[in-house]
Amino acid sequence: MLEVKNLSASIKGKAILDGLNLTVKTGEVAAIMGPNGSGKSTLSYVIAGKPDYEVTSGEVLLNGENILGLAPDVRAAKGVFLAFQYPIEIPGVATMTFLKATLNAQRRGRGQSDLTTPEFMRVVRAAAQGLKVDPEMLKRPLNVGFSGGEKKRMEILQMTLLAPLLGVLDETDSGLDIDALRIVADGVNALRGPDRSFLVITHYQRLLEHITPDVVHVMARGRIVKSGGPELALALERNGYRDFATEAA
Amino acid sequence: MSKPMTAASAFSRTAAELAFAEQFLASPGAASSPARAAAFRRFESAGLPTRRIESWHYTDLRGALAEAAPLAAPPDEATIAAAKVRLANLPRLASTRLALINGFFVAALSDPPPAGVTLAPPVAPPTFSADDPMLALALALAPPGVAATVAPGARPSPIEVVHCFAGEGPRAVYSRLAIEVGADASATFVERFIGAGAETQRHASTAIDVAAGGALAHVAVIEDEPGLHVESEVVRLAERAALDAFSFVAGGALVRRQIFARLVGEDARIGLAGIGLLDGRRHADTTLEVVHAAPRGESREFYRHIVADEANGVFQGKVIVQPGAQKTNGAMKSQAILLSPEATMNAKPELEIFADDVVCGHGATIGALDPEQLFYLQARGLPQAEAEAMLLEAFGAEAISSVADAALAEALLALMRDWLVRRGRGRRS
Repeated sequence: MLEVKNLSASIKGKAILDGLNLTVKTGEVAAIMGPNGSGKSTLSYVIAGKPDYEVTSGEVLLNGENILGLAPDVRAAKGVFLAFQYPIEIPGVATMTFLKATLNAQRRGRGQSDLTTPEFMRVVRAAAQGLKVDPEMLKRPLNVGFSGGEKKRMEILQMTLLAPLLGVLDETDSGLDIDALRIVADGVNALRGPDRSFLVITHYQRLLEHITPDVVHVMARGRIVKSGGPELALALERNGYRDFATEAA
Repeated sequence: MSKPMTAASAFSRTAAELAFAEQFLASPGAASSPARAAAFRRFESAGLPTRRIESWHYTDLRGALAEAAPLAAPPDEATIAAAKVRLANLPRLASTRLALINGFFVAALSDPPPAGVTLAPPVAPPTFSADDPMLALALALAPPGVAATVAPGARPSPIEVVHCFAGEGPRAVYSRLAIEVGADASATFVERFIGAGAETQRHASTAIDVAAGGALAHVAVIEDEPGLHVESEVVRLAERAALDAFSFVAGGALVRRQIFARLVGEDARIGLAGIGLLDGRRHADTTLEVVHAAPRGESREFYRHIVADEANGVFQGKVIVQPGAQKTNGAMKSQAILLSPEATMNAKPELEIFADDVVCGHGATIGALDPEQLFYLQARGLPQAEAEAMLLEAFGAEAISSVADAALAEALLALMRDWLVRRGRGRRS
């Protein structure tokens, strides 16, 4: 599904990713854990195509195709979804309007026709119910005035609707209480399947109690420094990141 | 400032100024009307405004108006027949339509006014005015125009006044409209400008007089592409009178809209708002002067501009609180999004306060689209142009939401969407 090869990237001249290699197999849930400043969020942004970052070397292959030269919307239409650590507020755009526009834009990007309004309403209602999203929330401007938990549930709602091939979850657990965490995790687990992969980025092991990863990678200083099974996350929880800490950071 | 202050003497008349004098003398009924003659004298003594005049600092009208186009002819039968077809194809924004062709009120193309409204052909120039040369010129050269009077207590259905230009080649069109709202009456007027092209010079003036307890909603829409559009509104509000005015500017190479408003009665309220959608090399200038002359007045100004390409937006808002206008409450806001490095916006809010118990504030922001918002929308699959259009529509819609009439607001939203689509296409091609 995803192959990241020798990826180096910088922002405003500061190198963040340093020859990172990573493979996520089709159907696999891979967790990336690492200390603050190790480059986890940068990796998610570079995969999604955020323009602030400069890729200085390497490739990001989605099912064999290098997506690094593609615009973010083209990557999205090919199946990349980034659940933001800090979802952006869009004043003046009703959540429902936004959802319909994105869903249809992606369908068009794949050569499909737009959903009719009744079809759209049906899928949105079903997804909202599963994530305990109040239908009233869908009338409000996107993310404006939403609580932290509401914003994260809205991210998972979008992921559910857009049904990506690769879901990248950037610290989706941050700012969530335990109930919200469970709802979000259930939403992700419901999407797991043989054709879909996830890259779950987190600082804490807590999220992985609810979304059991197939593999755990440890990231430090802009590269993957250790990989293993779910037990690696538990070891990190016990020992912290000191074994992988940066020399001087 | 060190030069002698006789600059606007006959020795330095521009070709356009000389042409205006000839046009004034040749206009039927102009020189024999004391009011029009007085207006022309006011224009002549000031001359075409230069950038040295503070209120015209950002719009070089003297430079732009190097030549005065010949006056547009009064509509003949063929013109009226052609205009009839054009108007039939123009979707209405209000239930009653009044038509002015080249500044002349044409009863044959107008509906009868709704109950509570009377129309009078000749308007006496307003007894209230403002000291501005272009307003004076418009009053001097415009044909009589039309005055609509709303009877006290009346609540007529909305009225649209369509200013239609009909003609070929370089032409100047002058128009005058007066709206009088009687005590405790409430009315909605929409002014629409259509038919003008790059060679059209338009000078429009509207006098708005709202009596005690009356309320007027006024919307101005520039739907055509005049080379020059200078529009002056003079407003007088009596006690408890209210005006909510909105402007939609998406056309015209050089647009100057100026509003001179006086709140002469206690507890009067004025809300001025608008949106400017500027692309190409358009220049659009909104200049407001709101005078609080009585206690407990309230004023709100809220303007938003989207400026693309090499366009240039100007917002000047001056709120004057006169001595004795205690408990005045004023708030002014100008916000602009610039879409290209060559786009410019000049915002100059001003407060002149001569009373001590007032609450007045102003704010201006000028910025680009938020790259974080753009990326978020793109990451969800919206192509860049669509993502931009969505954010811009939201930005503009907030200004349009100040239009209370839902059908009108929806029509303005549709016009804005058209503009966004046109702009998106232009960029992709």
